Order: sequence, then C-alpha cells, then structure tokens
Amino acid sequence: MSFLNNVITGVSLGSIYAIIALGYTMVYGIAKMLNFAHGDIIMVGAYMCFFAMGSFSLPPAAGVLLAVVVCTVLGIVIERLAYKPLRSAPSLAVLITAIGVSYLLQNSAQLLWGADTKTFRPLVEGSLVLVPDQLSISYVAVLSIACCVVVMIALTLFTGQTKMGKAMRACSEDKAAAQLMGIDVNATISMTFAIGSALAAVAGVLMCSAYPVLSPTTGSMPGIRAFTAAVFGGIGSVPGALLGGILLGVIETFAKAYISTALSDAVVFAVLIIVLLVKPAGLMGKYVPEKV
Amino acid sequence: MKKINKKSLNGFINYGIVIAAFAVIQVLLGMGRLSNSLQSLLVPACCYIVMAVSLNLTVGILGELSLGHAGFMSLGAFSGITVSILLQNALPMASARLAVSMAVGAVAGALGGAIVGVPVLRLQGDYLAIVTLAFGQIIKNIIMVLYVGVDETGFHIAASSERFNLGSDGVAIIKGPMGAVGVTKLASFTAGFVLIMITLLVVQNLVNSRSGRAIMALRDNRIAAESVGINVTKYKLMAFVTSAALAGAAGALWGLNYSSTVASKFDFNTSILVLVFVVLGGLGSIRGSIIAAALLYVLPEMLRGLGLDDFRMLIYAIVLILVMLATNNDQLKALVGRVIPKRKKVAANG
Repeated sequence: MSFLNNVITGVSLGSIYAIIALGYTMVYGIAKMLNFAHGDIIMVGAYMCFFAMGSFSLPPAAGVLLAVVVCTVLGIVIERLAYKPLRSAPSLAVLITAIGVSYLLQNSAQLLWGADTKTFRPLVEGSLVLVPDQLSISYVAVLSIACCVVVMIALTLFTGQTKMGKAMRACSEDKAAAQLMGIDVNATISMTFAIGSALAAVAGVLMCSAYPVLSPTTGSMPGIRAFTAAVFGGIGSVPGALLGGILLGVIETFAKAYISTALSDAVVFAVLIIVLLVKPAGLMGKYVPEKV
Repeated sequence: MKKINKKSLNGFINYGIVIAAFAVIQVLLGMGRLSNSLQSLLVPACCYIVMAVSLNLTVGILGELSLGHAGFMSLGAFSGITVSILLQNALPMASARLAVSMAVGAVAGALGGAIVGVPVLRLQGDYLAIVTLAFGQIIKNIIMVLYVGVDETGFHIAASSERFNLGSDGVAIIKGPMGAVGVTKLASFTAGFVLIMITLLVVQNLVNSRSGRAIMALRDNRIAAESVGINVTKYKLMAFVTSAALAGAAGALWGLNYSSTVASKFDFNTSILVLVFVVLGGLGSIRGSIIAAALLYVLPEMLRGLGLDDFRMLIYAIVLILVMLATNNDQLKALVGRVIPKRKKVAANG
C-alpha cells in the first residue's frame, strides 16, 4: 500500500511540475530562451493567493483568480520591459537578463513581504480515503492532477485549433516566415508569456497547498526542477513537458521513499543526465540532425 | 606576425594589471588603510577572479554554456580541506600545505571535469547547460551527506552518520550537512595573487597556442573545424578540464580561508554569480573577467556600509538588467560608435 501511496504522491507532485514545465517549454519553444524568472513568478502567485485568502479573507477561488491575473500581467510586463529589447541579442545576454529579473523578483518580494517563512493555508483540506488507514488521496493531490489534465487538454486544443495557437506554432518554427504570413510576432510572444505566467500562478498555489511553506525563495528550486522536467521530456514539446513532469515527480518521491531524502535531488539529476546521454533531445523531443 | 605580437602584449597588460593591483593593495595594507571588512574580501575576491577567468575559458573561448562551475569549486574545496588536515603533521609548513592542497583541489576539479566532460560534451547548447547544472546539484547533494574523518586506524568515509564509526581520538573532517568544520586557515592574499598569476599563465598560453586556436575554431564553426581535421572531443575536453582544474584550485583556496565551509555555499547561485561576472566582463575577454569579478564582488559588499543593506541585492539585480539592456541596444551602440570612432577598432582587435 505504501507503494501506491508513493505513486499517488509522485503523480500529484509531478502534475505540479508538469504545469510549471509547460510554461518553460512554451517560452523556450517560441522565444528560444531559458526564462529563469519563471520560478519566481510561481512564488509571486503563491504570495498573491496567500494575501487574498489571509489578509482579505477572500474565498480560495478568488485568491487563485487574483494570483492568475497578477502573474499574467507581471509576465507580460517583464517580457515587454526586459526581454523584448533583447530579441536580436545573443542568447547569453537574454539568459543573464532573465537571471537579473529572477533576482529582482526575489529581492522585491523579500523587501515587500519579509524574508520570514509564511504558512500557506491549503486551498482544500482533508483527504479522500480509499482503503481505511492505508490508502488515501489528499484533496490537494486530486486537485493538482485534475488541474494538470484540464490544462493539458486546454493547451492541446488551444495550440491545435485556435488562430492564436496556430500562430504560436508558426512563430516557434520560423519567426521571419510567420511575420511574412501576417502574424503579429510580438503579440504572439506576449501571449505565450501571459499563458506561461498564468500557469505558473496556478502551479504556485497548488504547490504551496501541498507543501505549505512560503518564502521569497520558494519558487527557485521547483523552478529548476520543472526546467529539468521540460528538458527531460524534450524542451519545446507540450506532451513532453507532461511526461517529463510526472516522471520527475515520481522519481523524486521514490528516491525519497526508498533511497534517501537527502540524496533525492542527486538521483533526479542523475536520471536526467542518463536520459540525455541516450536521447540527446529528451524523451519526446525531435532530434534534428545538423545540415551542412 | 603583427597580430600575434598584439596578442602577447594584451596578455602582458593583464599580468601588469594584476601585479599593480597586488602592489597597491600590499602598500595599502602596510599603511593600515584597509578596513577589516575589506581585508576579509581579498582572498574571496581572488577566488572569484580565478573562477571567472576559468569559466570564461568554457563559456567565452570554447563557447559552451556551463551552469555548474561551482560544483568543481566544491570538489576542490572539500578535497583541499581534507588533504590539508591529513597532512597537518606530515607537512608542518603552512604555505607548502596550502600549495599541496590547492594542487589536490585542482586534480579533483580536473577529475570531475573529465567525468562530466567525456559523456556530456557530445551534447550542445542548452542541453549541455542543463547537464552541468544537474552535475553541480549532484555534487552539492553528495557532499551534504558525506562524512569523512581520520583516526588511528586510518581514513574513514561514510554516507550517513550511523555508518560513520570514527574512533574517539579521530578528527571528523566533513560532517555531512554541517560541512567541513575546524579547518586551520591557511589561505593568504599572496597565495590568491599567485593563483591568479598561474591561472592567467595557463589560460593565456592555452588560448594563444595551436590548441587554443583549435578550441576557438570549434566555437566559431564546429562543422567547419571538424572538416579540417580538428578533433572535437579532444579540444573541447581540453578546455573543459583545464577550466574545471582551475576552479578546483580556487575552491581549495576558498575552503582554506574559512574555519568552516558548507556544501550549500557552492550551489546554483554561485555558478550563476560567476557567469554574471564573465558575461558582464565580456565573453572571451580575460581582462574583462578579472575586472568584472573584482568590482562586482567588492562593490555589493561595500554597499553594506552605506546603510543600503536591504536594497543591496535589489540594486544589483536592477544594475544587471540595465547593463544587459544598454550593452545590447543597437541605437546606443551606434551612438557610442559615432562619439568614439576608435572604439570599434579596439573592439575588433579584442
């Protein structure tokens, strides 16, 4: 039974990673940049929800909504101010700017809300008992998995069916050609950042519900892990992010349960290295041979 | 011929800058004009300069992004500390023990570099970056659970405190999450200066050699370089391992500058900090790395004294973003080019 419990914990943690990884993957696919500030947007989202539910005693749904709205706006503003002027700059310059934005968000959060750890009140409490005293699923885990499924279906439909989604795919293939076809590339990139940041807000609230500690650096480690998940599944691929996220969550939980809590990170990253050595483009990434 | 002369001249200027800075600081030290807090920054600043120059070899000269440079520093720090404690009786002279520890740190870094480099350098771009990041995390994680000690029966190493059965007379060197404790401080500013000079000697000679040109050819166009017979793996590995070895030596110096060191010091943020030095100093520019590392390490610490402690990192972040935006702004570049027409020429010669 403890095995099943671990599977459930792993999948629910993995669902959260998958939602964060989706943001990384979409931004990477379209802007070809590693958005290091993504993890800190998670943190901002969690703080927003924390204050909405705590200080203003709004219902959880309103808290989530506020978090999503604030993060979406924040994502667009960051993209406009920091990343857009660097569209034609070398990728390292963009990377360093993203790191700068990440520091900026962390330190602003520390100044505004203090460095102390806050206890996050979960969105939903209690758990669903399947086998008394042996197997139960917390409602937060159910909610995480459900959110992940909904987000995946919505995103697949969005990128496959809608005009904006098609524009996104076109931009990620070839920006210049997309522009010639009349696609507003800048608006499309902004839209991608908006969606990614909204997903980050959702993930932040879910993560803090599952692990209820909140501090200005809450987002950075899950951010790195989710980025790993995105690479794991093949960066730029939406189903890859889902697969990578869930696998990473399961591996992490199993490593904690059966190997050692302290070494769980080492196990996760070792698996990543092995996967990349066997499949250099990730599990579901397309390997594009270089043409001369 | 003229170009080569210019290159070696460039190298000599770098040595000159370092020697001059060392002399000035020594004079200031002699006159007692440096506050204690500034004095305590000297050795770490030396370490960061070596880290920046060595990372520049990977990122600027080889052209591969590495996000785990602190991992090699960590390897060097803990192996250097271990060796310095093991040799406490065998080698009483502090400076000799420091030199041996730094050499061992360099070897440990080089071994780590080779272990990561052989399989990983087949990957490219962001994938290489993520694997070096992963490697840095793995090293940090492993050292956090490692227990190392020495007693009468010999050398003990264990992966948990329960299995760590050290004799009652034993000395614990690394105590898992608590890191290395009770280290005798051996590092000195002079040692840091010597390490920087060695680093410059190694890196500049490598860059200006046949191998260095092969490495830069790989950076500029891998396929073209491969087609003229340059062995990709060999030269990539050469640059990567050299860079890791220097980081290991810097780590050993760092570890022996404090009475205790924890593995979490050498995390992702440290790697990023060094990368920031390299990029702001200019990719491929050794002098830029030296100056950026020295300034950017000392400046935030000096802001502490100005009552701006709370805003220190915020200012740092804003400056970082603004510098990146300004240096990549085409209009600004054109303006600078018009005002100072010579700049272009200087920049072209590197």
